[in-house]
Amino acid sequence: MATITYVEFNGTEHAVQVADGVSLMEGALGNGVPGIDGDCGGNAACATCHVYIDPAWEAKTGEKSELECDMLDLADGLQDNSRLACQIKASADLDGLIVRMPATQH
Amino acid sequence: MASQHTLSREEAPPQWPLPPRIRPALADHQPGTLTAYLQAAPLDEVDIADPLWWETDTHWTFFKRLRDEAPIHFTALNKERHRGYWSVTRWADIMAVDTNHQVFSSDAHLGGITLFDMDSDFIMPMFIAMDQPKHDVQRKAVNPIVSGQNLADFEGLIRSRTQEVLDGLPRGEVFDWVDKVSIELTSRMLATLFDFPQEHRRKLTYWSDIATADPEVPGNLQKEERQAVLLGMLQEFMGLWNERVNDPEPKGDLISMLAHNPATRNMPPMEFMGNLVLLIVGGNDTTRNSITGGLYFLNKNPAEYAKLRANPELIEPMVSEIIRYQTPLAHMRRTALEDTILGGQHIRKGDKVIMWYVSGNRDERAIENPDAFIIDRPRARQHMSFGFGIHRCVGNRLAELQLKILWEEIVKRFDTIEVVAEPERVPSAFVKGYKSLMVRIPA
Repeated sequence: MATITYVEFNGTEHAVQVADGVSLMEGALGNGVPGIDGDCGGNAACATCHVYIDPAWEAKTGEKSELECDMLDLADGLQDNSRLACQIKASADLDGLIVRMPATQH
Repeated sequence: MASQHTLSREEAPPQWPLPPRIRPALADHQPGTLTAYLQAAPLDEVDIADPLWWETDTHWTFFKRLRDEAPIHFTALNKERHRGYWSVTRWADIMAVDTNHQVFSSDAHLGGITLFDMDSDFIMPMFIAMDQPKHDVQRKAVNPIVSGQNLADFEGLIRSRTQEVLDGLPRGEVFDWVDKVSIELTSRMLATLFDFPQEHRRKLTYWSDIATADPEVPGNLQKEERQAVLLGMLQEFMGLWNERVNDPEPKGDLISMLAHNPATRNMPPMEFMGNLVLLIVGGNDTTRNSITGGLYFLNKNPAEYAKLRANPELIEPMVSEIIRYQTPLAHMRRTALEDTILGGQHIRKGDKVIMWYVSGNRDERAIENPDAFIIDRPRARQHMSFGFGIHRCVGNRLAELQLKILWEEIVKRFDTIEVVAEPERVPSAFVKGYKSLMVRIPA
């Protein structure tokens, strides 16, 4: 279990509990956090769960797959700390993680 | 038994006109007769690419059987016409193909992204029909037109146009919704995106229809005529390009973006034509047919329309459900770059692989009660009409915005719009759409 804080583009914060092994995309959808769509259901195939990882946490969120890199490369607002939330699974290691959302998901 | 692989173009050089299509010998082509045939026919004796199944909307039975009995299925029937193709029909298998662009190519020179190969003597490269890395840089050249900020800027214009079109509709008389609403709204939008003269916007619709029309369907243009029309389109757009290429700064329209971006400003003419076709078809046919489909589905499901009227908040999930239920592009095609195994079947290098989105969107394994049209479906956004992976529809947010605004304005105005006859459908296994839908708004 991890407490994840999702920060909408307008600054609104949502701190929610996400069970171990559940993706941060599912954690947002399951808790009614707006701003993350997850159109492909968690396959890194649509880039509609684009988030920015707080830099202090990047090492703990794992490596990006080739597909994730390809999809992020085509997304709006790409930054060095961009990730697809569906590719990060919650665990005790991520307790306290802050993820921020881009202006839009596209 | 026929070989379970796509014939190469050397083995099956393109012949024109194509040899006659083998069709089942049936007493008539009524939907009931066709559906009964598809329920019982040996799977190998059906060529689902035949426009017959699409014009009559009878393909559903066959795809259900493929999903259950042969989810990765090879069609050799009529291979003198299409060289043979694999049908991928389950959600998970389609996802696997769509996300594996290293193995499954979109390259125009291999035939492109539709079941029928691009004419080998008239190849139109376009970014949807390119692989990495060129695909990525060309896609990025046009992506800003549908950025979040740009869509926000378009919203007021889309709404005022939608209001104008709806307020101008006849009352108490039968008219064609496709012509008066679906084509009208999408052609105006497309003309804006290209900064194309609004008074000539129906040319865009014409070119879109010509670009996707199956030349073998009676009444459609033959190959040479079609190529001549597309060259005429190119010439007209070259004029706009030349006007804009020397502007000190690119304007916000697609032609200026292409003319000024280093990735696209030196495109050969056929590549410019290809990208024009892509943007015109992508911005035109798809939204047009979802606009028509939505009205038709709500008429067929009056309880859903009642739900909508009671709660207009449902428009947002409904828009996704309309796009799923319509699936305006029935398939996308890939060509295998190497031998691979897919769902236990041996796909050989060079094989054509068809991802039937129309089937994936009705896959019971991925979507609950998939044949029902449910406007407040949970997770309605999880459909495959936009495709997945690097070729996912670039204009999806604009399409959703156009549909959302349309339904917001319809609900404000009309208690009911009666569909007075079954729609006339496009005879195509690619563009799944409507030629006409006759409706009446009570006086």
